[in-house]
Amino acid sequence: MTTRSLQRTRPSTTRASKSSSKKKAEEASASGQQVQAVGDRISGNGNGNRSLTQEERLAYGLGWFGIGLGLAELMMPRRLAQATGLPFRHRRLIQIMGLREIASGLGIITQRKPAGAVWSRVAGDVVDLACLGLAFTSTGADRKKLTASVTAVAGATALDLLCAQQLTRGVETRNGTIAVTVSVVIDRPPEDLYTYWHDFTNLPSFMKHVISVEVPGERRSHWLVTGPAGSTVEWDAEITEDTPHRLIAWRTLEGSDVDHSGQVRFEPAPGKRGTVVIVDMQYRPPAGTLGSAIATWFGENPEHSVKMDLRRFKQVMETGEVMTTEGQPAGRQASTSWKYDSASRR
Amino acid sequence: MKANCWYGKRHVQVVDVPDPKILNQRDAIVKITSTAICGSDLHLYNGFVPTMEKGDIMGHEFMGEVVEVGREVKKLRVGDRVVVAFPISCGKCFFCKGELYSLCENSNPNAWMAEKFFGHSPAGIFGYSHLTGGFAGGQAEYVRVPFADVGSVKIENGLSDEQVLFLSDIFPTGYMAAENCNISPGDTVAIWGCGPVGQFAIRSALMLGAERVVAIDRVPERLKMARDGGAHTIDYEEADVYDMLMQFTGGRGPDSCIDAVGLEAHAPSAVYYYDRLKQAMMLESDRPIALRQAIMACRNGGTVSIPGVYGGMIDKMPMGAVMNKALTLKTGQTHTQRYLTPLLTRIKNGEIDPSFVVTHRLKLADAAQGFATFNDKQDGCIKIVMTP
Repeated sequence: MTTRSLQRTRPSTTRASKSSSKKKAEEASASGQQVQAVGDRISGNGNGNRSLTQEERLAYGLGWFGIGLGLAELMMPRRLAQATGLPFRHRRLIQIMGLREIASGLGIITQRKPAGAVWSRVAGDVVDLACLGLAFTSTGADRKKLTASVTAVAGATALDLLCAQQLTRGVETRNGTIAVTVSVVIDRPPEDLYTYWHDFTNLPSFMKHVISVEVPGERRSHWLVTGPAGSTVEWDAEITEDTPHRLIAWRTLEGSDVDHSGQVRFEPAPGKRGTVVIVDMQYRPPAGTLGSAIATWFGENPEHSVKMDLRRFKQVMETGEVMTTEGQPAGRQASTSWKYDSASRR
Repeated sequence: MKANCWYGKRHVQVVDVPDPKILNQRDAIVKITSTAICGSDLHLYNGFVPTMEKGDIMGHEFMGEVVEVGREVKKLRVGDRVVVAFPISCGKCFFCKGELYSLCENSNPNAWMAEKFFGHSPAGIFGYSHLTGGFAGGQAEYVRVPFADVGSVKIENGLSDEQVLFLSDIFPTGYMAAENCNISPGDTVAIWGCGPVGQFAIRSALMLGAERVVAIDRVPERLKMARDGGAHTIDYEEADVYDMLMQFTGGRGPDSCIDAVGLEAHAPSAVYYYDRLKQAMMLESDRPIALRQAIMACRNGGTVSIPGVYGGMIDKMPMGAVMNKALTLKTGQTHTQRYLTPLLTRIKNGEIDPSFVVTHRLKLADAAQGFATFNDKQDGCIKIVMTP
């Protein structure tokens, strides 16, 4: 199946779910899934279910909203001028803004990866805000309505910005859950890797955000982890499945700061080339899409973070140490490590 | 300590920096006795390599004396005299075990970034931008050597620094370029670029049994050094390279071609200005003029070996020639560790004395002057060795 057919399938799924009954939408997305599952295998995203993420839904929603608003601006500039408080003599400008809205909207709904097009909405919003700002100084403007319009556009801008940033970071939220799958090949037998991982007090040696893990009981553990902006978060977790040398699964207990579950599998690599380590995690940020946006706003892409942890796990298991340059000399005063430090950037 | 640091395009400066420390237990600290400027340092100097930061310590060709070792260093001892390979390799991963040391999976802490550029990351490299780890380099009084047991070869007394220093990079690089040509008796090998790597490629190709080597450059003293090494030479400003090579090989072309030029190639024709323009407009990052010529000249079914450094995208790559002529392309950062002991043996046996390539000897404090001289090929400069 080619990428082109995938591109066509995605928006039509959206359209179906928008316009028809719920059942029809389910059929459409079910028929789409077969195609998309192939795409998943190609892109290495082992989630199987390739339905739209919440971020994509938001983007396509914004796209259709933009097209609607754009058509209104194009066809009925007089009404729009009245509603927003702009002087009517600017109708041409309103129509041009309408065309811009439609272009961005079409850009979003026709793309498989609409991040760029959503950024174009952000740029358009800035221009709109600037025009509305200028309108305050012009005669014949309704200041009260203009203020309301500015508030509305500012709200849309915030939403666009949030959506664009999440898409760019590759955050994928489904049913309120961010799923992350990462794998790495390590040149050691599964038994060694399983044994090292199973002693949870070893985990801070390669998990950069984990400060400490205590193991008070057979299946229970208590985690202390760095959070955004110098804060710390804690949770209690329990092992839900444990297959020696093959698999460890866990989930957080109620009352944890961060609600998540996950599993790590140790599969012998083909040709006796060590072990493929696969981590699957499901992370449920508080308050859904918005919460996940806020959680990653100052932090990093969760997938990148897990990938980095796994890479350090490989280093520890293969070389016995985590490679670093922190503390080496350089001919400068200010540190530039923030640009390259995998922990602070995605 | 004093160290030569990068501060921008054509701007390096020797400044005072803190001494290096052991950061990992497989590290060693080496007190530098000799260090060289590599042709690939000039790509950094000229600003062609992204992710350099003001204050980065340069240099990946160095040797010296071990003054401190981490707990996990098993083979080296304080006082050992060592040459250090330019790639940093763990010795334990899939690639290191397969002797593909420059592809080590564990030595580049910024691998995630290199993956965005290249799909996968090469090994960490001393003093060669943050894309390859941002490791402090060896144009300094001291250097930290990670995975020191894997990356160093011990040198006994009786050999001078200049005889063994180039085991760190250019000798193995020229040698691997020739080895990649799969030379059989009777072969003609053409080599673009008579800089230090080209010079070692010439001598290595002959050592590996090539019948004839043709070297291509335009700088008189480099062409002379090539002839001294046993090569026929072509001055590309005087004659058409393709025509000359065809005359020389009866129209068949050289059996193997080596591009020891890389991304800053020159040509006395419109092609050069075309590529300069594209580079200036950021439409391509590298100028593959020598590579195009090598591909066009190589005989059908031959090998094009590329030790020259490329960093990004090239334009007008004659892929049709590669395909229709059934060419083999072989390239890569040098798997230096693989060659340290075998090539040291060749030096000890007197098969080659690598010090022939040295034209300038400076103090580390004069590094800035050295870079300018080398970059502009002034004063007959081919290779500069610096001592602290």
